[in-house]
Amino acid sequence: MTDQVFKSIIEKYPDKDIRFLENSSPSGQHSLLVPPEIAVDVAYFLRDCLGFDYCSNVTGVDWINGVKKGIWKSDSNEEIDGGKSGFLEVVYHLYSVQKKVGPLILRVRTKTREDRPELPSLTPVWKSAEFQEREVFDLFGIWFGGHPDMRRLLMWEEFEGHPMRKDYIPPDDYEYEPTPHGQILERIKTKAGKTE
Amino acid sequence: MKSSYEQLEMELRPHGVFVTSLEEIYNWGRKNSLWPLQFGLACCAIEMIATAASRFDIARFGAEVFRPSPRQADLMIVAGTVTKKMAPQVVRLYNQMPEPKYVIAMGACAISGGPFKEGYNVLKGIDRYIPVDVSIPGCPPRPEALLEGLIKLQEKIARERLLCNEAARSTTSAQPSEYPVPNYGANDLDPPYNSSVFHPPPIHVGD
Repeated sequence: MTDQVFKSIIEKYPDKDIRFLENSSPSGQHSLLVPPEIAVDVAYFLRDCLGFDYCSNVTGVDWINGVKKGIWKSDSNEEIDGGKSGFLEVVYHLYSVQKKVGPLILRVRTKTREDRPELPSLTPVWKSAEFQEREVFDLFGIWFGGHPDMRRLLMWEEFEGHPMRKDYIPPDDYEYEPTPHGQILERIKTKAGKTE
Repeated sequence: MKSSYEQLEMELRPHGVFVTSLEEIYNWGRKNSLWPLQFGLACCAIEMIATAASRFDIARFGAEVFRPSPRQADLMIVAGTVTKKMAPQVVRLYNQMPEPKYVIAMGACAISGGPFKEGYNVLKGIDRYIPVDVSIPGCPPRPEALLEGLIKLQEKIARERLLCNEAARSTTSAQPSEYPVPNYGANDLDPPYNSSVFHPPPIHVGD
C-alpha cells in the first residue's frame, strides 16, 4: 500500500529529486527523501489527496562526518576528526487512520550542519508536529521556518548547544564518584592531580 | 541509667497515672500527622502513589493527607529525577512551606542523580540546594522502603527538642527556612550547589 503512495508522489513531481530509500531489515519500513523546497507541498498532497491525516512522530538524525575525540569540555583534544561536515535530517512518521495505512516515513535533509540549518515546518499541515518540531529544534538545532512558536521545548532558554548532536560536548562538571571505574577512573586521576 | 523522668513514668504508669512532657506530646502530635506535599517527578512517584493507596496505606502512619499547596504541607517527598530545569521550582516549593518542615529524598535520582548523574540535564541530588532529612535508596524504592523512611523521620521528630541548646532546626533562627533559588546558566544551574548546604566530598583516588 505505501509503495503505491511512494510511486504516486514520485510521479507527481517528475522534475524533483525525490529519492526512495529502501530499508533492507525485516521490518521493511522504506522511506521517502524529499527536498526541503517541496516538503510542504508533498505534505499537503499526502494529507488532502492520499488521506494521511495523522503525524505520529517527528524526530531528528545527525549525519556527521567524522568522529568525536574528546569527551569533556576541558579536554584539549575536543576537535572532531574529519571536520564537522555532514547534514541533519528530520523524520516524520505518518499514518492514515481513515484508510488504516501506515507508517509512511518522510525524511527531509538540511544542506549543512553549521549556521542554524533551516527546514520548512510541517506544523501547518499536521498540528501534532508542533511540540515535536520544537523538540527537534531544541536537541538538534534545526530551525523550522513557518513554525508558529519556534522555541526550545525541553531545555531552558539560556541553555547553550544542542545536546543530541553528535559533536555536543557536555560541560566538565565532574565532582566525585563513589565507585569509579573505566573512563571515569582515568578522569579522576587527572582531576585529582589538579586539585590536591 | 534511666532519667528521673523515665523513673517517674515507670512508677506512676502501673497506678494508672499517665505522665508526659509538653515537648513529648507536641512531637507525638506532629509526627503522627505529617502532611506531605502532593507532587511527583518520575517513576518514584508511582511507588509513592502505591504507598498512599489501600495496599500499603500510608494513612496507618498519619501521612495520608497529601496537600496540593505547599502552604499546608509539613513534608516534601522528592520522588524522582530532579532535572536542572525543575530544580528551581522544587526549591521554591520548599521555600513556600511553613516551618517546621522536613524533606525526604526518595530514590537514587533525588539523592545523587542516580543513573543519570553524568547527563547534561539532571541535577546531581536535591541535597545541593535544600537540607534533606531522610534519604531512601532504591530505584525506585518499594513502598515498604518509603514507609521505613517515614518511620525514621517520625523517630527523628520524636527526638527533637524545643527549648535547649540542641533545639530543632525549625525552632532556632540560626538556620534559614528559605534557601536561594538557583538560576539557569549556560550549561548548569547557577550556582551548581548551595555551599551552605552541600559540601562535595574530596576527590580520592584509590590504589
